[in-house]
Amino acid sequence: MPHVVISGDISRRFTGGEREFDVEATTFRRLILELDRRFPGLGRQIEEGMAVAIDGEIFQDAYAAPIGEKSEVYLIPRIGGG
Amino acid sequence: MTFIGKDLKVVGTRPIRPDGVDKVTGRANFGADMTVPGMIWGKIKRSPHAHARILRIDAEKALRLPGVKAVVTAADFPNIAAEEAFAGEAIMDFRDLSRNCMARDKALYDGHAVAAVAASTPAIAEAALELIDVEYEVLPFVIDVEKAMAADAPLLHGELFTQGIEPKPTAPSNIAKRINFTKGDIEKGFREADVVIERRYTTRPVHQGYIEPHACVATVAADGQCSIWSSSQGHFMVRQYCAHLLGIDIANIRAAAAEIGGGFGGKTLIYVEPVALALAKKSGHSVKIVMTREEVFRGTGPAAGSVIEVKLGAKKDGRLTAAEVTLKYQAGAFPGSPVGPGCMCALAMYDVPNANVTGYDVVCNRPKVAAYRAPGAPNASWGVESCLDELALALGLDPLSLREKNAAKDGVKAVHGPTWQNIGYAETLAAAKAHPHWRAPLGAGQGRGIASGFWFNIGGESTASVHVNEDGTVVVATGSPDIGGSRVSMAMMVAEVLGVAVERVRPIVADTSSIGYTFLTGGSRVTFATGMAATEAASRVVDELKKRAAVIWEISPEAVEWRDGMAYPAGQNAGAFEPLPLAEIAFRSARTGGPISAEAAINAQGPGAGFGTHICDVEVDKETGAVKILRYTAIQDVGRAIHPAYVEGQLQGGVTQGVGWALNEEYIYDKDGRLENPGFLDYRIPVASDLPMIDAVLVEVPNPRHPFGVRGVGEVPIIPPTAAVANAIYRAAGVRLRDLPMSPPKVLAAIDEEKG
Repeated sequence: MPHVVISGDISRRFTGGEREFDVEATTFRRLILELDRRFPGLGRQIEEGMAVAIDGEIFQDAYAAPIGEKSEVYLIPRIGGG
Repeated sequence: MTFIGKDLKVVGTRPIRPDGVDKVTGRANFGADMTVPGMIWGKIKRSPHAHARILRIDAEKALRLPGVKAVVTAADFPNIAAEEAFAGEAIMDFRDLSRNCMARDKALYDGHAVAAVAASTPAIAEAALELIDVEYEVLPFVIDVEKAMAADAPLLHGELFTQGIEPKPTAPSNIAKRINFTKGDIEKGFREADVVIERRYTTRPVHQGYIEPHACVATVAADGQCSIWSSSQGHFMVRQYCAHLLGIDIANIRAAAAEIGGGFGGKTLIYVEPVALALAKKSGHSVKIVMTREEVFRGTGPAAGSVIEVKLGAKKDGRLTAAEVTLKYQAGAFPGSPVGPGCMCALAMYDVPNANVTGYDVVCNRPKVAAYRAPGAPNASWGVESCLDELALALGLDPLSLREKNAAKDGVKAVHGPTWQNIGYAETLAAAKAHPHWRAPLGAGQGRGIASGFWFNIGGESTASVHVNEDGTVVVATGSPDIGGSRVSMAMMVAEVLGVAVERVRPIVADTSSIGYTFLTGGSRVTFATGMAATEAASRVVDELKKRAAVIWEISPEAVEWRDGMAYPAGQNAGAFEPLPLAEIAFRSARTGGPISAEAAINAQGPGAGFGTHICDVEVDKETGAVKILRYTAIQDVGRAIHPAYVEGQLQGGVTQGVGWALNEEYIYDKDGRLENPGFLDYRIPVASDLPMIDAVLVEVPNPRHPFGVRGVGEVPIIPPTAAVANAIYRAAGVRLRDLPMSPPKVLAAIDEEKG
């Protein structure tokens, strides 16, 4: 089961301080839905303010991004640029 | 489909840019060049106060002035509810964006727009501004970031409670957000250190230095159809934000991208466009607004100023054991500084086992900050790369070797979490070490500094279409405003895929009604993401060309190969046919199925991290404190340079801006919170004579997610210069500068203090 870490503490208000979870998900979309089911409101926070790093590669706005059984998944603040 | 590792004919060459002739002959149409029949002029009235309640706005006298057609205030804009969106470099609330374009209830900084007028001439509009009577209740203000964080600071927003703190605070604050990243055991890490260095570094807000002011022409037709011509980094962004702020359906706005005289992040937001639309709607005329230089400085967003506290611990051999960084960033009048990326970039270049990075996003009575190349990273790296140099000196180690010893490599876990893959930081250090500059002798009073930088780069949504014309020439249309030469890069990638000369491919930037959605030009994403879309569209065109050849030859499309711009039968069994050039297939396109074109609309992922290392030589005049840059080498992993001259130009431009940030640039406020230097006479950006030729060294570690291996290149080069210059100054003059800019008075004061 993929291990998910919320990097940084901006989402603690949704998780009661928890930062690491094992989540049954094979796509980023399923991950969002599963986390939102556990922590209502977190899904929207992820969609609007966060990117996901799956095995070191960063995805933004990518529901279909694949997550493997042993994937390392970090939710990080969204990135823009100048 | 990948072209990585293949022999390429177009990519990697240096053709003349397609927009070059128009630009050097003055024919190019920038934001302020547009005129339309019946157009009138808009001007914006701005707050003279840093913080004031707006009690009353009386426009009666202005409206009586002959030639005045309309006046708008916040009352003419929907009072929209809070709704967060991703704007340029950070999360921004549409409510805040609306109130930044036109103050409602309170003016939050000197220069904040409070009303606007449209009149038949600029002079009448200017005169009418004086006739708009605004009654203010002047409020206490706060400019400095740490003063704004104090418990007794004047509050900008009564409803702002610090995010990121549990339990939720019960009192409002100017600290919009606290963010923290941890790795390992920070206390243990410092206990294990043989040497600990703890320092504090500061920066002031700096302007992006784009030469062309914000400008637009807006039209609202009688049926509600709107059009906007403006100078921006994203006409789809202009369309989307204007629609949101004014309650207009997106389909009713057609936005076009003017040629742009620089943006560097400063044009990833809107300022004048919704105001011009509101005036156009009210007056029934097309309205043109062109900011003055003073308005650009007072009314638009600079890069954040900041305080950076850095504590580094290391073993005697230089191996880092712990790092603690605190970043306090000014957001300006509304939340949304780039402190999040700043936190993630601060230690990204290093393999640090124990780390703690904390960031604060702080509002204060300055213009809301905007992006500026690698937003947030230059501030953080100014602190960390300076402190690392101080650590190297304390350890008696060569600063390049110290970086090599601790450099992040594939498989290293970054402080913000992910495990690095396909990164080329170590390669930039190796290139620096091997470069003749690193070993060149220095004269008396001269010093050499080194510093590195990291930026994520981004991908995102892009659309590109490729059309084959009847004569075999090609058009590639995208939705990305061309800021750094992206049109020629698009043409080159398409030409490579089609196998034709780049001169046969004409690239254009299409308006929002003529191409699919494309996110703005920023984050060094266009050559990567829009280039990926253009490559995909060109590949689909190749597929179509093969089908058309198959029709002509009466064989299966699978039996057709495409090489060097021609269709060939794939092997003996396909039949014996003379190759069909693209132009011949195009000429016969009507007979084989109609026009040949393809569009690709993608959300590009996997942009590939960017790393750079810079070497800087300076000479310090100990009588005046003036710093002269003698030699500068910028080395960067660029993935694959599509057009090397433009990539080198990106590196040289970023270095130039970074040197300005290092030596001269700063916003200066008076005791009343008013900006004292809103112009390029008093806000000094570098000019050509300030700098030597900057040597750009391109290291190419291909990004496997892009068909040509592209990584974004425009952000990284602004990151290392501040520390590279400071580190060089220390070695030239024996003084450590920790407050930017390192202007002559500060350098001289440091030298005098050192002398005692």
